[in-house]
Amino acid sequence: MISYSIEKEYQGLVDAYEKAGGDRSTLLSKEVAKLVIHENKVLGVDGVNGIQIETKETETGVNIYFLVEEGAKILRPVHLCFGILPQEGLQEIILKVDAQDNSEVSVIAHCIFPNAVKVIHKMDADIEIGNNAKFDYKETHYHGDFGGIEVIPKAKITLGEMAQYENTFRLIQGSVGTLDFDFEVFSGARSVAELIAKVYSKKDDVIKIVEKVHLNGNGARSLIKTRIVLRDRARAEVIGETYGNAPYTRGHVDCIELVNGEQAVAKAIPIVSVTDEKAKVTHEAAIGSIDKRQVETLMTRGLDENQAVDVIVKGILR
Amino acid sequence: MLKVEKLQSKLNGKLILNDFNLHVNRGEIHGLLGENGTGKTTVAYLIMGVNNYQPTEGKIIFEGQDIAKLSVSQRAKQGISLAWQEPVRIEGLRVGDYLKLSGNNLEIEQTKRCLRMVGMEPAQYLDRDIDNTLSGGERKRIELASLLAMHPKLAILDEPDSGIDIISLPLILNGIAEMSKQGSSVLLITHNEKVVEIANRVSVLCAGKIIRTGVPLETSQWFKDNCRTCVHINEPEEEDKKL
Repeated sequence: MISYSIEKEYQGLVDAYEKAGGDRSTLLSKEVAKLVIHENKVLGVDGVNGIQIETKETETGVNIYFLVEEGAKILRPVHLCFGILPQEGLQEIILKVDAQDNSEVSVIAHCIFPNAVKVIHKMDADIEIGNNAKFDYKETHYHGDFGGIEVIPKAKITLGEMAQYENTFRLIQGSVGTLDFDFEVFSGARSVAELIAKVYSKKDDVIKIVEKVHLNGNGARSLIKTRIVLRDRARAEVIGETYGNAPYTRGHVDCIELVNGEQAVAKAIPIVSVTDEKAKVTHEAAIGSIDKRQVETLMTRGLDENQAVDVIVKGILR
Repeated sequence: MLKVEKLQSKLNGKLILNDFNLHVNRGEIHGLLGENGTGKTTVAYLIMGVNNYQPTEGKIIFEGQDIAKLSVSQRAKQGISLAWQEPVRIEGLRVGDYLKLSGNNLEIEQTKRCLRMVGMEPAQYLDRDIDNTLSGGERKRIELASLLAMHPKLAILDEPDSGIDIISLPLILNGIAEMSKQGSSVLLITHNEKVVEIANRVSVLCAGKIIRTGVPLETSQWFKDNCRTCVHINEPEEEDKKL
């Protein structure tokens, strides 16, 4: 329930979300489970059967306990909305997720910082996915064009047997600012983990992405997929690590960084390691300018060069 | 419609085409037959202007205008397009979106129609990415479908049959026939004399030069009898002396 005193703040956040291309009805619908946080204030919490969300405001942010009850199958995605509307601010989110055995949920997180000049958004997450549980987390950022923002998401994810975890991080609107992304997954037997990150960096953005998967259970599988487009003077370093520590584990690290600016700098460091003779981990990385054949193919269809590049960039970040 | 006159092309100092002449009439399918290394793809690239290919001599006249200095986009806007021998993969670009942009915002029903014309069921393909999950044959057919969507005045098809399985080939040929029915002229480049049987006229390319032009069956047979065993490939200057 949203009280009148904070309604204005809530509306401001929803307006900013809509301006960035989001569908405001998802944040206003009573039928959708959601949590809306502005700076260190919880503006709204709506739960549904099978989900418990507890929050505690702190001086600099909010501590969140997110429980998906055993066997609960949540049909509609849960929406989380984190934002800072003023030009300056600090938001530290401590998130504890407990997706119990045989549960299924899809979470869509919107992170909205449209006016950031000096903003820090930190998330420290501890995510536990139970046996045979499915947890799908999609986080999309909406930034302004000032670039004065530091985004620092860190997460430790533990997967039970046959658990399925998919994390998609997208930051393609506005200036990234500084991104320091660090996720680490510990996989149980026959579990599946997918970490997908897509970032469009411009101006003086600085990006560091570290994704690690420890395939510790028999038959665990993982994919780390990273797509970065760099323009202007942006810099990116992507470290994808996968460790095959148990029999029949399979992991793949796949990184593409497209450089479309004379001063942009891209770096990819895949680390693949196996400590079990029946494990197999592979990697591929491609860094460089936009493929000329792709551009020319689209130009043979009547697009000019800039339009062709735009289509390719949108595709890779889709 | 297309007149290529006395075209010469050098690659890294080596002569690839010399005194190359070709006329493609409005509405015709014109087959260009040649063995590997005779300069077929060079012809396609020069007419389309891709891959930084520029003639060292000669003219490429399209509808009365020399297009040799135009950019790829400008040539496409004049009505020329190319189906590549090896179509690229573009991650994240869906088949439906590719056809839509090829047809300058083509409507969905038309997009579906183009896919069906090359034997592809729209429900299976519209939302697929043009990436490595598609086979070579599928990408070739999508390339043809995109030209059907674009409906160019002149479609250059660079080896549309290469790497194609026996099931896909009739579908490719059907797509080419549809293209012609739509009113596009087609320059059908291939090394397969069977494929050019659907053409109105056929020219044989040898060592960077057209050495014969005629009706399909006769010209194909002549190609089979004379070119299959020929070893003089990609040496236009020497070949000039023999002709």
